[in-house]
Amino acid sequence: MKLAYYPGCALHGSSNDYEQSLRMCLGKLEVEPQEIKEWICCGATAAHALNHKLSIALPARNLALAEQQGFEELLAPCPMCSMQLLKAAKLMDEDARLRADISTVIEGEVSGCVRVLNLIQVFQRIGLDRIKPAVKKPLADFKPACYYGCLLTRPPDVVKFDDPEQPSSMEAIMAVLGAKPVDWNFRTECCGAGMTMAKEATVLELSRRILADAQQHGANCLVTACPMCHVNLDMKQHDIEQHSGAAFAMPVYYLTDVVGLAFGISAEELGIDRHFVT
Amino acid sequence: MLTDILAPTHWTDCYQCGKCTAGCPVAASLDMAPNQVVRALQLGNFEKAMTSDAIWACVSCQTCSTRCPQSVDCAGIMDALREVSLRCGLASPAQQSVVAFQNAFLNNIRRNGRLDEIELIAEFKLRALSSERSLRFLFKDAGLAPQLQKRGKLHLRGKKVNDRALVRRIFERCGDGK
Repeated sequence: MKLAYYPGCALHGSSNDYEQSLRMCLGKLEVEPQEIKEWICCGATAAHALNHKLSIALPARNLALAEQQGFEELLAPCPMCSMQLLKAAKLMDEDARLRADISTVIEGEVSGCVRVLNLIQVFQRIGLDRIKPAVKKPLADFKPACYYGCLLTRPPDVVKFDDPEQPSSMEAIMAVLGAKPVDWNFRTECCGAGMTMAKEATVLELSRRILADAQQHGANCLVTACPMCHVNLDMKQHDIEQHSGAAFAMPVYYLTDVVGLAFGISAEELGIDRHFVT
Repeated sequence: MLTDILAPTHWTDCYQCGKCTAGCPVAASLDMAPNQVVRALQLGNFEKAMTSDAIWACVSCQTCSTRCPQSVDCAGIMDALREVSLRCGLASPAQQSVVAFQNAFLNNIRRNGRLDEIELIAEFKLRALSSERSLRFLFKDAGLAPQLQKRGKLHLRGKKVNDRALVRRIFERCGDGK
């Protein structure tokens, strides 16, 4: 499986434990994502909030690079990146004039032949039937709250993935690993996203609600596929506890951590020892 | 200008059911609820919407747009309002912290092509200092640095892309050539 890899800024920054986990986990399945050379930031919220054209041009530049480098499938493990890439592709598909304009802006062509995949889709593409035989240590003690956050499933007309209100694709993977995902209410609620620095109070409250609901429903860990959600729920968990008086001590795993553990990879090899809540 | 940029959001189709506001995770703390922002636009009160705190407090979770029975892209309306509000100098003074963060983020990408987290935090703190006016704010997250360092998550210098001149040209062609 030839797969382009668009790490995005987070996985090369303070969420580099996600990249470590992802490479270890996919390596066991003999999938080696190849980093797109010269990739640039997708612009994230700053671009879509301040400059609409830039929010198309920045992801489009990366799609053009992936095409030039001969890829047909691209993994963007950060849901913000994958949504921005898909949105740029969709807007250009719908508007030939925009496509021409953007190609001038980015000095490259985007024909639209690259398929953008989120992490869950890569597991689906590999096939749950291939993941199952690789499970060496079934996760019988794991009662995860599968947390999708915002952008894996929204906006649905852009990402076209799972159900935006009642998603189940992560639970399906958990079942293959022998884990017992809990039924809970905050699977697609927002953690406060990129407001971590600019509006900390928002993050502390929105993330608290997610942790509290997971706890109430009997979860003993959270599983996420988003680096930003991980920052807010893991790194900020101590602040959330201090601020609200609640006690969670809830480990927050990347999806690849949990799959990796079931494959028999150690917590250290996956970078789980680098999380804040362990 | 604002109506052009708003056109793809179908803002005129809103019939005020309030579903956007019902699902908005930050609605309770907003000066104008999402449906009120849309209503202000429909009544021609563009300035009220553009000067609101709500457009900057919005977390862009996309729940409003996802649930709208009229396919109004409410999150897209927030984006359009932020962009034009900033360009017209109408951004709420109470929301300068968010404005400073988003500006610092884009400046960082313009310079480096990819995010340099330490540079981002430094620029954000300095930009926001004028509105926050406290040393506590300036050093609030400093304690995090050793915690990140210990976990191998602190990168003193981010990796820059090679063709940064192209990144600058892309920004210039998008009207952001500072």
